[in-house]
Amino acid sequence: MNRLVPLFVGAVGILVFATVMLVVLPGLQVRTVQAPPELSKYTVEQLRGRDQYVANGCVYCHSQQPRSTGQTLADQARGWGRPSTPGDYAYDAPQLLGTMRTGPDLLNVGVRLPSQDWHLTHLYQPRAIFDWSIMPSYPFLFETKEKAAPGDIVVKLPEAYRPKDGKVVIARQEALDLVKYLLSLDRTYPVSAQEAALRDRGFDPKPDQASKGR
Amino acid sequence: MNETLGFLLAVSFIVSLTALGALIWSIVTRQISAGKAQASTIFLEGEAGKPDDPSSFDGKHEHQFDALRAGVDAPGRRVVLVLAVASIIFLIIGSLFGVVASLKLHLPDWLANIAFTTFGRARTVHLNLVAYGWLSTAGIAMALWILPRMFRTPLQRPAMAMAGGIFWAVGVTAGATAIAMGWSDGLEWLEIPWQIDIILAIGGLFLAWPAIETARKRNVQHIYVTGWYFLAGLAWFPILFFISNVPGLHSGVEQATTNWWFAHNVLGLWLTPLGVGTAYYLIPKIIGKPIYSYSVSLLGFWGLALFYSQVGIHHLIGGPVPTWVVTLSVVHSVMMFIPVIAVAINQHITVAQNFWAFKESMALRFVSTGALMYTAASFQGSLEAVRSVNSITHFTHYTIGHAHLGAYAFVSVVLFGGFYYLFPHLTGKKWPYPRLISLHYWLTVVGFLIYFLSLTVGGFFQGISLLDAKTSFAQITKDILPYLEGRSLGGVLMTLGHFILAFNVVALLISKQRGEA
Repeated sequence: MNRLVPLFVGAVGILVFATVMLVVLPGLQVRTVQAPPELSKYTVEQLRGRDQYVANGCVYCHSQQPRSTGQTLADQARGWGRPSTPGDYAYDAPQLLGTMRTGPDLLNVGVRLPSQDWHLTHLYQPRAIFDWSIMPSYPFLFETKEKAAPGDIVVKLPEAYRPKDGKVVIARQEALDLVKYLLSLDRTYPVSAQEAALRDRGFDPKPDQASKGR
Repeated sequence: MNETLGFLLAVSFIVSLTALGALIWSIVTRQISAGKAQASTIFLEGEAGKPDDPSSFDGKHEHQFDALRAGVDAPGRRVVLVLAVASIIFLIIGSLFGVVASLKLHLPDWLANIAFTTFGRARTVHLNLVAYGWLSTAGIAMALWILPRMFRTPLQRPAMAMAGGIFWAVGVTAGATAIAMGWSDGLEWLEIPWQIDIILAIGGLFLAWPAIETARKRNVQHIYVTGWYFLAGLAWFPILFFISNVPGLHSGVEQATTNWWFAHNVLGLWLTPLGVGTAYYLIPKIIGKPIYSYSVSLLGFWGLALFYSQVGIHHLIGGPVPTWVVTLSVVHSVMMFIPVIAVAINQHITVAQNFWAFKESMALRFVSTGALMYTAASFQGSLEAVRSVNSITHFTHYTIGHAHLGAYAFVSVVLFGGFYYLFPHLTGKKWPYPRLISLHYWLTVVGFLIYFLSLTVGGFFQGISLLDAKTSFAQITKDILPYLEGRSLGGVLMTLGHFILAFNVVALLISKQRGEA
């Protein structure tokens, strides 16, 4: 190998080929998908909450992609939801599919845990709800005050986790937005066969075999 | 539609295999000359057969600071020194953030009030500092030093490279600060906001240009294998970086495939070339003998390009992406055995046949340990991409262990060795405390073993439990805790090693002793 031009042409050519296969073709294929009619766009508050989710790196512990039933049956059994499809993410930028499950998958957490109070308590101090939790607490999304002002949302806390000086914990806008985003996570509507065909079926049987049972 | 895509899958595979076949054919029929003569182009007259390591051969094989090399080194000396020192600073800060992130997984209420040390941010600052601040900067320093020596041509446009290094360092610092403040693009390995990416892009261009110009003006006709890796890496990384960072171009699942195409290729087509290229130069150079089979090195290089470039999507196995893309990546991951075995044959046999050098040279000990870990990391990676293994290991701490086997035990350790070889040559001074180099080595080995085994064993059990819905998430979290503590212990030992590296470098820079003494 003695010439620079063939080296660069070869190296770049191979990468272009890989880009077509991994970026362009799948992109064309899933981009033709319309958002499912049941999926609504994020509201302004939910988008602000999504920014909080990104800023604090929630994605590094929580995936948002229940796996295909061929790969594992456990995701559905844990109540994390049906296998997700490309349409489920139609409004997601940046994508937050995630690759870790230090905490549970969150794609349907809004359905599983629909209470704003629960989420506020959990964000302020996860161990106030689960003593075994290793999730960070996010006190900087809250403030403590002598007394709640009208309109303030007070975080409900067990005795052991309340401020020692008798103050109350109030949710800041950031915390409220983040909870709005979490509550919006709901991909429980049924999927069309066309959508289901666009996800990795893994060890799943083909649809016609599935109908006959395994 | 599916038939078309199945056809494309087959096309991709056949194209890769045909290209590889054509390559083997052209080597066998001697269309491409790649023999001992070409492998020996890294040696100057009279150098072959003599071991060369400025510090570690303890008087037995005295190193010569030859005039020709000194002349070739001189113009690039300052920029290489600045880049190397900057990379060590990034390494220290980056590892401290890594330790904080690791501790936070089992001490979740420690420093909870400080937003920038929350796990999601500290971990991400760690990744960006070590990937772009440490590994990339250190790798570029090695490349800008090795390329001129290999080509017997002084580094062209050193001032431009210096400007590039400053842009790069400013970009990495600004990027890490932005992430710590909560300003992030939100994609793994692409967190640095795209506005700051522009600074990095300018820096990268200014660093790549002098390297390519040096290659163009080279005084050696043959481009040694290290040159292929470095130059191809310098061509690949900007393409990856640009396509994946264009704002507004990607969204949803399509963005996820782009994300993993990028994140995996940063390892395979950027950090791996830097590590493998450095090892390909330093192993024979320190031992004083050419590598075992030079023609096999061609297979290793083009195999990496052909197969590694398509492996990224195995991170989305069982996920919301079309089956054919996943299968494509799984197949190519397994095919990676070919180039990896090619590199392994070359580098490990060369070291094994000269084991005396492994014992005597600390620089070689780091580099060849790192090269071994390249083989280990690649084998492990190929297996992890197999669907049935992936079902267990994906989404768990096992993956973090694997990532560190590649980025740390392979690339970082090769670069540590590179630095122990580089600094005496750059400064003309000996390492003042050779025993501390050995201490750094053992802290790295022991620290990493604890780190890796904790996450691999813990992650494996975590994966098994996650597949069994009867095991509660509470139980899984409690079970993983001791392994996470083990990871912190290993991480602290590795970080101590980095402090020793920094101490060694500072001691060498301020010492008055000359190498010739």
